[in-house]
Amino acid sequence: MPNFIMSYLNSKDAITPGAAGSQFWALIYVFIIFAGVSVAVMAMNWLERKALAHFQVRLGPMRVGPHGLLQPFADALKLMLKEDIIPAEADQFVFWVAPLIGLLAAFIVYTVIPFGPSQAVSDMNIGILFMLGVSSLGVLGIVVAGWASNSHYPLIGALRSSAQMVSYEVAMGLAVVSAILMTSLNEKGTGTLSMIGIVQAQQQQGVWFIFKFFPLGLLAFVIFAIAMIAETNRAPFDMAEAESELTAGYHTEYSGLRWSLFMLAEYAAMIAVSSIAVALWLGGWMRPFPNLLHAPAWDFIFSLFPGLTFLGLAAIAFIGTARMPAHSFFKIQRIGLAVFAALLGFLALLLLVIAVAGRSADTSLAARFNEGIDYVYWFVLKVAVFMYLFIWYRATWPRYRFDQLMKIGWKVMLPISLGVLVVTAIVGVIVS
Amino acid sequence: MNPAMNSAVSAGMAPVATPWFFYVLAGLAVISGVLVITRRNAVHSALALIVTLLAVTGLYLMLYAPFVAAVQIFVYAGGIMLLFLFVIMLVNIERSSKERRFNRIWPVGLAAACALLALFVSAFAKGKALFPDRMMPLPESSNTQQIATKLYGEAGRMGEYTFAFEIASLLLLVAILGAVIMTKKKI
Repeated sequence: MPNFIMSYLNSKDAITPGAAGSQFWALIYVFIIFAGVSVAVMAMNWLERKALAHFQVRLGPMRVGPHGLLQPFADALKLMLKEDIIPAEADQFVFWVAPLIGLLAAFIVYTVIPFGPSQAVSDMNIGILFMLGVSSLGVLGIVVAGWASNSHYPLIGALRSSAQMVSYEVAMGLAVVSAILMTSLNEKGTGTLSMIGIVQAQQQQGVWFIFKFFPLGLLAFVIFAIAMIAETNRAPFDMAEAESELTAGYHTEYSGLRWSLFMLAEYAAMIAVSSIAVALWLGGWMRPFPNLLHAPAWDFIFSLFPGLTFLGLAAIAFIGTARMPAHSFFKIQRIGLAVFAALLGFLALLLLVIAVAGRSADTSLAARFNEGIDYVYWFVLKVAVFMYLFIWYRATWPRYRFDQLMKIGWKVMLPISLGVLVVTAIVGVIVS
Repeated sequence: MNPAMNSAVSAGMAPVATPWFFYVLAGLAVISGVLVITRRNAVHSALALIVTLLAVTGLYLMLYAPFVAAVQIFVYAGGIMLLFLFVIMLVNIERSSKERRFNRIWPVGLAAACALLALFVSAFAKGKALFPDRMMPLPESSNTQQIATKLYGEAGRMGEYTFAFEIASLLLLVAILGAVIMTKKKI
């Protein structure tokens, strides 16, 4: 094996490829993350349609593949083949570049998301600032798209979106600052802005920041959780694309592939902000009770979780296969679902084998790989909970009126987050 | 740590600040900076300005100043440019692009540009005497911390720039209050 591949793997201390200066592995990580996020967006698309349908006592997509499992692929194919219309009166270049701005902003953020202590592309000293700053660039794509369309609804959508983002960013930033403040409560008295550092601070202090200084951490978390829905333009704060008022808001004039880029950017940004929340308040990659249950036996039990999760999914798919109507019309669907279930079962088996093998393995590489799967699993699981919450919110709450939205942003969220910040600082000084 | 690892670490730090990167970023900044003043369409100018700001962010990163770079993205590219666009979008672009420019201030602009050029040339000519030969290698991992120490001081002592920092905050507060009072006639 060439040296530039092995030198990173052979390093004794687990560090990110960015910190090790290994461009090759950084690229590999980037590809893995890009593929993972794309798959997650597709899965999220299916899950959202399915879950929303069940919330509303419908079936949702059922025709394309068993239980509509192939619907995202069909959608993607349709969007790629669809005619891509640029309105004659639109600003051609800006119209063309707007979706790319949003997409770039949404994906650049992933370089610093800490999937594990060494499972990130890079660990920046300014991690959280970088994340907030770059994800705030995403609104430029929306604003510019609304303007370039040269049409009324998109322009109103863009104006609403920019006003909303600017307002909620303030409360969001203050909530984040109060979490960063908590990282400085150690012997040295200095905190950190690095995403990995923030999670490690929670590990050292032995508490997720959501439970720290109860209820201060919880309050900051709730403010962030509300502001992040507004930041990503999701229901009930989806004023920028309120379809009952603005047709489709900022992307009314978009069609085909360009429209799908907006969707991809929106979902990627949702995953990104959820990761911020997970890393700052929910212990990032840490499994439940890492300090209390730290015996090797517990390590092994928790390392079985990824395999067991896939086993559960496979079981659900098998039950679905068994419950398919016995009519010959469903034969192909039945075979397809059975193959899908078998695939999930195989993945589960693979993960279980890795967990068992990684336990007895002495070589640091296998143990590190096994550990890495654990870290990524717990991180992704926590993010997945947030993604489900996004769907749940959308199904549950009606859309806010725009003046109510502004009132909540400036007159409720901002004072509370300021108060939480001040009280956190005072309590922190008293404690240390 | 084996020798290969050592070389990888040093190789990882070095290539970030290659001249190639500098020329690309500087060229991008200059080209988009020219576009800012030559485009007639205000939104195009604003977009070009965003590109300029991002290129300058890259230059800050090359100078091992990640905190300044992050603040540049956060405040300028993210916040201020959004407000710029917000205002520009409400302007009737078609009318304003047909309007003739009425402020003939190009002599002033020319003088300012000449003065700036002279400053650059003198800095370039006397650079060796003015600036230290090489930059002190600041650890990237504690950049933010060092800025905080300069601004707020440490262990109870006042920092180097605490006073200037407080004065600047006071000025900003006055400006905010002024803006509120000017826009809201009845408080």
